[in-house]
Amino acid sequence: MPKVKELFVNGKTVPVDVDGERTLLSVLRDDLDLTGAKYGCGEGQCGACTVLLDGNPIRSCRTTAAEVGKRKITTIESLEKDGRLHPVQESFLKFDAMQCAYCTNGMIMSAYALLQKSPDPSEAEIIRFMNGNVCRCGVYQRIIAAVKDAAKTLQNK
Amino acid sequence: MNSYDTLILEPGRYGVDAPAPARLDFTRRDFFKSLGCGVMVLFLVPSALAQEGGSAGRGGAATSEIAAWIHIGEDGTVTVYTGKTEVGQNIRTSLTQAVAEELQVPVSSIKMVMADTDLVPYDMGTFGSMTTPQMAPILHRAAAAARGVLLDMAADYFKADKTTLTVADGKISKTGGTESVTFGQLTKGQKFTKTMDNSTPITPAKDWKIAGTSVPKVDGREFVTGKHKYSSDMKLPGLLQGKVLWPPTFGATLVSVDTKAAEAMAGVKVVHDGNFIGAVAPDVLTAEYAVNAITAEWSPPPADFPTDKTIFEYLKNNVVQGGGRGGGGRRGGGAPFVEEEIQQEAVPAAPAGAADHTLKQTYTVAYIAHTPLEPRAAVADWQPEKLTVWTGTQRPFGVRSDLARDLGIPEERVRVIVPDTGSGYGGKHSNEATTQAARFSRAAGKPVKVVWTREEEFTHAFFRPAGVIEVTSGVSNDGKLTSWEFTNYNSGNAGLGSPYIASQTSVYRATRTPLAQTSYRALAATANNFAREVHMDELARLLKMDPLEFRLKNLTDSARDARLRAVFETAAKTFGWGAAKAAGGRGFGIAGATEKNSFIATCAEVLADTSSGTVKVVRVVIAYDCGAVVNPNHLKNQVEGAMMMGLGGALFEAIEFGKGTISNPHLADYRVPHFTDSPKVEIILIDRKDIPSAGAGETPIIAIAPAVSNAIFDATAIRLRHMPLIPDGLKA
Repeated sequence: MPKVKELFVNGKTVPVDVDGERTLLSVLRDDLDLTGAKYGCGEGQCGACTVLLDGNPIRSCRTTAAEVGKRKITTIESLEKDGRLHPVQESFLKFDAMQCAYCTNGMIMSAYALLQKSPDPSEAEIIRFMNGNVCRCGVYQRIIAAVKDAAKTLQNK
Repeated sequence: MNSYDTLILEPGRYGVDAPAPARLDFTRRDFFKSLGCGVMVLFLVPSALAQEGGSAGRGGAATSEIAAWIHIGEDGTVTVYTGKTEVGQNIRTSLTQAVAEELQVPVSSIKMVMADTDLVPYDMGTFGSMTTPQMAPILHRAAAAARGVLLDMAADYFKADKTTLTVADGKISKTGGTESVTFGQLTKGQKFTKTMDNSTPITPAKDWKIAGTSVPKVDGREFVTGKHKYSSDMKLPGLLQGKVLWPPTFGATLVSVDTKAAEAMAGVKVVHDGNFIGAVAPDVLTAEYAVNAITAEWSPPPADFPTDKTIFEYLKNNVVQGGGRGGGGRRGGGAPFVEEEIQQEAVPAAPAGAADHTLKQTYTVAYIAHTPLEPRAAVADWQPEKLTVWTGTQRPFGVRSDLARDLGIPEERVRVIVPDTGSGYGGKHSNEATTQAARFSRAAGKPVKVVWTREEEFTHAFFRPAGVIEVTSGVSNDGKLTSWEFTNYNSGNAGLGSPYIASQTSVYRATRTPLAQTSYRALAATANNFAREVHMDELARLLKMDPLEFRLKNLTDSARDARLRAVFETAAKTFGWGAAKAAGGRGFGIAGATEKNSFIATCAEVLADTSSGTVKVVRVVIAYDCGAVVNPNHLKNQVEGAMMMGLGGALFEAIEFGKGTISNPHLADYRVPHFTDSPKVEIILIDRKDIPSAGAGETPIIAIAPAVSNAIFDATAIRLRHMPLIPDGLKA
């Protein structure tokens, strides 16, 4: 099995030394201490493990380290800049759009990706884009409200 | 619940030479000694009235137990120690509010240490919606006592009578004066506590300034940045990953095993101890490869293992007499057995009147899985003098006992730490993953992490019980219930009795269970209220009476019924109940219930399409009364989330099984609610400041299923009596 020796994570090249068959999720969490992305199902069904690959949300539990190659990985740890939260993070706090918050990483990363592509999404678009993210605590209406609020903030910037 | 009037608050002292309060073991004394200067308030309750558990069976002749302690340090930081666990219900915030209210300090100056068995008082566990009605008042009173201590100190400082002093924002000043002294200045160089009068008054809800407001999640920033460390995020130097080889079917035992191939793998250590077999490796993938390389032969499953199709017949045929603890089935290890006893709610008295109609129906509920998004996980660090584990559990002290038993070491040598956890929903009570990690760590001589896969979670965690409910009722033409016989097989007795009729026979019969079952959010109140509230709808239809009117007609003028009536009327008014009639596949349903001292009514609007088989719940209105509201925004969050979770069990969640295995142990095959399932929700909180706050994490789940079933009937005339209602779509 070929080894993967480096990954491009959150704006920098980082050395790793891992079996290419290992999941990106495992490498991020266990080797790089980036534990914001969570294991929820290992099937790509819950979205807790969502990170961005070249700006697109992917399921890192179903992506091997070898598949990633030199593409840009973005994790939730990079959203806060100089002690300031990203508007999506601010809006999630403002609407208390979480309970146990285990899904929150995936929700925020999916919303972040959506707003990069579609700065003013309709409610139907938010639901369609984020429907692969499960909040077992069930606060979907709050998450929708938070995403709309973040869109507004970003547009006014 | 009024036992707090008799609470004893005694002096606690630092140092081993001080008379130790009950159950202050050596670990705790060391802990107290390790604390810096400040003031500590220990809050004791008589053991017979201990907020949970008591000392019975714990080997002490103690007459009192410590329920909580609060430390005020030299820097003014207030640290609160409680055995409760945060699993998303936001008690870290609500308990902080309780302390902030009484001490008059900013929420941000309070640190809440929760669920670390070396640092916090004994607590039986976080379940039964008990944190708000029991722990919050304890912390209110302890904080009020601490305020009293600080006021006495300030009185000395100012050489003034304490009645002339004012506490605000972590400072004490002479009322109307400009000079003030901070809590930190007062506690500097101190190391003591002081006897407080147990009549220390606490602030009534009507005067709350911090409690009763929508304080945001206190550590929310940790979660939105990904910084919070769940137990599955914990890392220690040299950490290995553990994987277990499970029996292929329930009840199978190991016949033979060959681990040579796995042992030959680089970096792998195989652990074999009785029926426990697994492997540790530096990474999960290698550990998985190692487990896959183990060849094992197992005994077959029991021949009479039922399936999800035959389970209801099985339950009815396998009633266990005398409460049936365990009953031959597997129940949640160490879980609170709150539903074990057969209970008869009321003996039939003289008939309430002659019946013009009788109705007999059977309702069922399937086994469902809690499906916490964070699966069971543990990190264990076995050291000669101490085993430390981090795990997500609702029973930190119970898991400590279980670990001590399973590993053959004294409890004092086990420390269980529960980081704020990725939900539990009543299911995270037991210690399987924890014991696995500890066994691995002991064998490997290194810390080991075990994180269950989703498939393991669906297979080896515990389920909400399946159940069969038979209802036979009588009703008069003028809409009064005349008789009520209600029998529940296996679900449990929570919510068993009907609020609509005094003279009733409501019985719970324990049965054997083929699948391991345990408590689930709201316990059997979901199943029992589903059956009751659908049956009430059926009776109303039989009488051609409005379902709301029929319910209200059968409530009395009692205080309990007045609260139930109020939530019904409030929900109906906001919803516009009765304004629109069913048409074009659109229908309306109502249901309500009371459980654990709170009251809920839910109205649902559905769009049902019999040709495509789809049902969409488009709008839900909920009225909820749980006494004095502690945090309106978080309470609405709980109510909304519980409804949403309840919608999954109502519509499509069901564990499928047969031949000793689970047939749908994946999220792809076990459907939980998604964004597209989420209706518009409106929640009206009835804030009863005159009534003590009840816990609200459970009851809001119980009314949605019958409301939706009743709405589907309204829309389509299809009566659905089995949860989930439409696992394969709506069928005409």
